[in-house]
Amino acid sequence: MSVPYAKLPGWAEYGLIPLVNLAVAFLISGLVVLIVGESPLEAAYHMVNGAFGRGEYIGFTLYYTTTFIFTGLAVAVAFHCGLFNIGGEGQAYVGGIGVALACLAFDRTLPWYLVFPIAIVGASLFGALWALIPGWLQAKRGSHIVITTIMFNFIAASLMNYLLNRVFKPLGSMSLETRTFDAGGQLPKLDWLMSIFGLSVGSAPFNISFLLALVAAFGVWVLIWRTKLGYEMRTMGHSPAAARYAGIKEARIIVVTMMISGGLAGMMALNPIMGEQFRMQLDFVQGAGFVGIAVALMGRSHPAGIIPAALLFGMLYQGGAEIAFEMPSISRDMIVIIQGLVILFAGALEHMFRPAITRLVLGLTPATRATVTKGA
Amino acid sequence: MSELAIELKGIDKSFGLVHANRDINLKVRKGTIHGIIGENGAGKSTLMSILYGFYQADRGTIEIDGRKVDIRDPNAAIAAGIGMVHQHFMLVENFTVLENVMLGAEESQILNAGITKARAELKRLEKEYALEVDPDAVIEELPVGLQQRVEILKALYRKADILILDEPTGVLTPAEADHLFRILGQLKAEGKTVILITHKLREIMAITDAVSVMRRGEMVATRVTKETSVEELAELMVGRRVLLRVEKGEAKPADIKLSVKNLTVRDSRGVTMVDDVSFDIRAGEIVGIAGVAGNGQSELMEAISGIRRAASGSVTLAGRPVDVTGHADPAELRKRGLAHVPEDRHHVGLVLPFEESENAILGYHDDPKYRNGFLLDIDAIRADAEEKIAAYDIRPPNARLKTANFSGGNQQKIVLAREMERDPQVLIIGQPTRGVDVGAIEFIHKRIIGMRDQGKAVLLVSVELDEIRALSDRILVMFAGRVVGERTPDASEGELGLLMAGVEGRKEAAE
Repeated sequence: MSVPYAKLPGWAEYGLIPLVNLAVAFLISGLVVLIVGESPLEAAYHMVNGAFGRGEYIGFTLYYTTTFIFTGLAVAVAFHCGLFNIGGEGQAYVGGIGVALACLAFDRTLPWYLVFPIAIVGASLFGALWALIPGWLQAKRGSHIVITTIMFNFIAASLMNYLLNRVFKPLGSMSLETRTFDAGGQLPKLDWLMSIFGLSVGSAPFNISFLLALVAAFGVWVLIWRTKLGYEMRTMGHSPAAARYAGIKEARIIVVTMMISGGLAGMMALNPIMGEQFRMQLDFVQGAGFVGIAVALMGRSHPAGIIPAALLFGMLYQGGAEIAFEMPSISRDMIVIIQGLVILFAGALEHMFRPAITRLVLGLTPATRATVTKGA
Repeated sequence: MSELAIELKGIDKSFGLVHANRDINLKVRKGTIHGIIGENGAGKSTLMSILYGFYQADRGTIEIDGRKVDIRDPNAAIAAGIGMVHQHFMLVENFTVLENVMLGAEESQILNAGITKARAELKRLEKEYALEVDPDAVIEELPVGLQQRVEILKALYRKADILILDEPTGVLTPAEADHLFRILGQLKAEGKTVILITHKLREIMAITDAVSVMRRGEMVATRVTKETSVEELAELMVGRRVLLRVEKGEAKPADIKLSVKNLTVRDSRGVTMVDDVSFDIRAGEIVGIAGVAGNGQSELMEAISGIRRAASGSVTLAGRPVDVTGHADPAELRKRGLAHVPEDRHHVGLVLPFEESENAILGYHDDPKYRNGFLLDIDAIRADAEEKIAAYDIRPPNARLKTANFSGGNQQKIVLAREMERDPQVLIIGQPTRGVDVGAIEFIHKRIIGMRDQGKAVLLVSVELDEIRALSDRILVMFAGRVVGERTPDASEGELGLLMAGVEGRKEAAE
């Protein structure tokens, strides 16, 4: 018999509770900074200023945000189907092949707006194929998706190491990367968007794939809540027994969901490869696949939550780099601690403050009382 | 004038906003059997959990034998002489009876002395209360009735003077239940106090001395059993008059709609759950399957509805074969006119976190009328749900409310509305009123009869023998996966009970 939680109004459920969790995470981070012997207030200033202080900084923050929206959506889609896809890292990495191939093939002959769609298809196709194998193994052989996707991250890393070394690296080059793409393989920056707000993007690689990320977020919302496929995915996610009863093909849904998830993770590769470096480098994903898990958790697997969560992590990345730069005794690892705390409080300890907040909120607004019927 | 074994004063308990117990007063006399009845969610289990130390009351006091006690945990309850037999047994399946009885009362690190003592004590208890059970038998090899006896022995071994039994007969055959009642009578004769929680009014009338009725967290009445009636108790439970008998006319069976031939189903371990079962159901009749839970009824329903693959045999639905041993597809069968109200609405029939309207299309979500091109037509889905809410009086009438927030009866109505409003040819319905309040039972029974009268073929599976007898036109009894007999609804309960226990069935099969 579990103690039922009373239902909270939306603003408390989706606003207050995440904010309290976040505040506590930052508070403890501040303590850590204090222990290191630095001023938490100064660190906080550098964090916020470094993330939003100038148009260029905002550009960097949004660049990271773009990446995290893709990987966050990837995790969220799988999550709705009850699948914990830890393999976003590998799927994004392999998705890079699709982008690189499209760019290497057409960057000298086609303009970017024709190469971009091809690259989108390539990125999602390669990401989807990389997720297809664990998905198929889960559906047909019962191999647990968490285990297989983790292992596939390592396989992806080795595969990419090999491909960059033996296939993509131009002759005579020392570094593990493709050649730099010509104009057709370079996405335009979103200066015009920034200039609307009177800001300049400067050297920040804030590019058009940000808009693609927003479109993808909307697409995921439509998929999950407005299509038959999404309905079947959610049914599977909540209750496989109900899905079988409803005649939903379990194996098919698992494989399709994993492919969509992998495809979204793969699209992340567009941002660094076509939007920043204009070439595919070794290790370009840099942990974004894993951050996606935290983003999806914080955003409660809803696109409307994932976008702000991705922005938060974008800010932590960009602002954190700024702290490390301005305050030498704080290393970049410090930022990892803060991110870890955010994940801890927003994800793992999500319900820690819930009983107290429930009492407080419902005590304040007795009119909104909604009782949950309880089985005796 | 016997003294009080238990007195509860002003017990009050809330879980968040759910007020499970409100100012409960209860007096239980020593050496009596005291029944507590109430609908699901009335707060019976919460109250007993407080008495047994699983929860602490927010307010109120507990007195045992006239002394005020503070029951902080089950250990304190045991020390106070309270024993509890849970609805779901708390036994270690692969331990012997003796080991289970000793568990937690070993007395020393080296078990030898304790074992000798426990064995002697078990012998004594067996003799005193007619509780025969082999101390060296392994629990998982014992039938349910005996497992329950072990639970009672456990409590007595811990010197319980007060025994609480939570829905003890739910898993028993009528014969086993009778035996249990004899044991309870014996306990009472020895001066023990028994509290019996149940929702079966007949049991209350048969064995209790006094009965307390709970409704919505409140203790609404206590009666001396001899001076009350089933009708009065039902009315007290529900808060209004209830029609206990189902009105139903003659069945007019027409052609065969569902035909099951030599169906055999095995579970994932290869154990035969349904063994060579054959029967026909005609349009306009209700065929009830009686049996103690776990005798293959669930697997039979799953195989017919295409959820579970059968090992052999055949099923014909409205004249066309169903590929039950191969690729029978629940979605396809639905289109062919098979509706299925599953036994487990929480995990199978409904997706509890879904909005009501989303559950109203589960299994039928492929229907073009819920589709708008590539997208789901949310407006059509909600409008459809609202129609069903009105037709089935589902409360609260809110198609956007999370399904988990509806009561058991209303959740069941959501499933029934979905399956019945599709105008199926065959309706398979499992445990239609499990966990459903008395008021909704009436409504559900009427609807099932209504389906029959519209010429549907209905297969009804229920562990409630009363329900089977009240609704069915023919009764099949299942035992150990086989249909061991067919009876008319006027067959006596004793006769059906023997069949359910497999006694008569063996004889019949041998002849």
